[in-house]
Amino acid sequence: MAKKLMKGCEAIGEAAVHAGCRLFFGYPITPQNEIPEYMSARLPQVGGTFVQAESEVAASNMLYGAAGAGCRVITSSSSPGISLMQEGLSYIAGAELPVVVVNIMRGGPGLGGILPSQSDYFQATKGGGHGDYRVLVLAPSTVQEAADLVIDAFDLADKYRNPVMVVGDGLIGQMMEPVEFKKEIKPEQLPEKPWATTGCAGRNPNIINSLYLDPEELEAHNWKLYAKYQEMAKEVRYEAFNTEGGCDVLIVAYGTVARIAKTAIEQARAKGLKIGLFRPITLYPYPSEALAKTAESAKVVLVSELSTGQMVEDVRAAIAGRKPVEFFGRVGGMVMGPEDLVEQAEKLVAVHA
Amino acid sequence: MHNEIVMAGFGGQGVLLIGKMLAYAGMNAGNEVTWLPSYGPEMRGGTCNCTVVLSSQPIGSPITKRPHALIALNLPSLDKFEDSVRPGGIIVVNTSLVTRLPRRTDVTVVPVAANEIAKEVGNAKAANMVALGAFLGASGLVDKKGVEGVLAEAFPNRQKLIDLNKNALQRGFEIGQAHTAAVAAR
Repeated sequence: MAKKLMKGCEAIGEAAVHAGCRLFFGYPITPQNEIPEYMSARLPQVGGTFVQAESEVAASNMLYGAAGAGCRVITSSSSPGISLMQEGLSYIAGAELPVVVVNIMRGGPGLGGILPSQSDYFQATKGGGHGDYRVLVLAPSTVQEAADLVIDAFDLADKYRNPVMVVGDGLIGQMMEPVEFKKEIKPEQLPEKPWATTGCAGRNPNIINSLYLDPEELEAHNWKLYAKYQEMAKEVRYEAFNTEGGCDVLIVAYGTVARIAKTAIEQARAKGLKIGLFRPITLYPYPSEALAKTAESAKVVLVSELSTGQMVEDVRAAIAGRKPVEFFGRVGGMVMGPEDLVEQAEKLVAVHA
Repeated sequence: MHNEIVMAGFGGQGVLLIGKMLAYAGMNAGNEVTWLPSYGPEMRGGTCNCTVVLSSQPIGSPITKRPHALIALNLPSLDKFEDSVRPGGIIVVNTSLVTRLPRRTDVTVVPVAANEIAKEVGNAKAANMVALGAFLGASGLVDKKGVEGVLAEAFPNRQKLIDLNKNALQRGFEIGQAHTAAVAAR
């Protein structure tokens, strides 16, 4: 397939179809409505089903049911809607079911605004709903990467029987970039899910459940989940850009901000300042070891986010006091320009030289 | 090569569309491209804009505070973005609706009566294409034939519509070219 110019939201939808997903359940919210819009037209063409649920809570429970039946299934929403879905997601994590959730983040708290934000980092990476669980979190920074990661998200969800969340923001969702889809998987080509509730004629029934009233059983279940999350650590992904041979300032940023940082790197080069970029692609598991190693040859670490400082806590934990870690954020839908990052880097170099 | 272009006008003037056409043609010519619309809250009749970045290198920020060019289809757009254009850049201004010329003297200004010209070629709605043509003529950034190719893809089996838009593009293109030549001769 030749390169096509697509909005991030449309590419996410098409990627799900390419991954063999035929089910979308969701409820509209800006700035991700192009995903349900796309799926409502696309899924019927491939024998799939699009349902606009009566609420996000309902949508997340439809996800629970479909995943339990062994189907690949996706939903998308934006921050306030993702909050509403947390009940279902907690049950899905407890019942160990594979689902893909896309959060095109907008400013908060509450209804907030509709412009780009990264203020759901804590919610995404530290569980989200109640109970001791984690979801695997992927953060694309281009439309192509959004498409690729959505396809990978389905494989990872199946591999770990766990929810996988893809987080972007309005900029990734609304922007058009060239995108290319390589391989398409048909639902019938997907591996069997012997644990799914597909009708038990001729075999013992499968049970999908998150209720464990016996505390010993629940403890065993919690430690089993914990072991799985430890196992997921090997899925860490990141990009180190312009970091060879060390740098004056190492910017740590993901998604949209990482793109802006790349332009800042070019602008800084003209001023004789070397900025490197460490871009986590998995936000959970967090690439702590790789970050710590990359930061060894930097003078100072600058974390930049579209929040008042959330990922910075994971960076501080990874760096563990070995380098100064500073923070620069914009919030409320305001987005920093590359010039702002260069200015911050220049200030830090003056202080930490 | 790295160019950032802002296109702006009233909602309904088709600035998002000409941005997409420019991005498509740029992509087909082998460039890296991004197209980013403004999607914030706007009142009816308010302004609408998009940013297109064309580059020979992978594109970092799709947002720009210092575009190389501006296509302003109405006065609020010129007011908002005029000062941001980089020195040596291009401002295409739709004199059918914009009641003043840009104050900037360090950029190439291309005045084009896009609405009147569009009416002459058959449909006032093609003013956006006239302005895009003027930008292509003045900048030479993307081959006009490439944009015409995108038109043919966008409106399959609608030859009348393709011809109308091609004519609008051509009329704008000639103005853009003449203007750049005049600037060069000065």
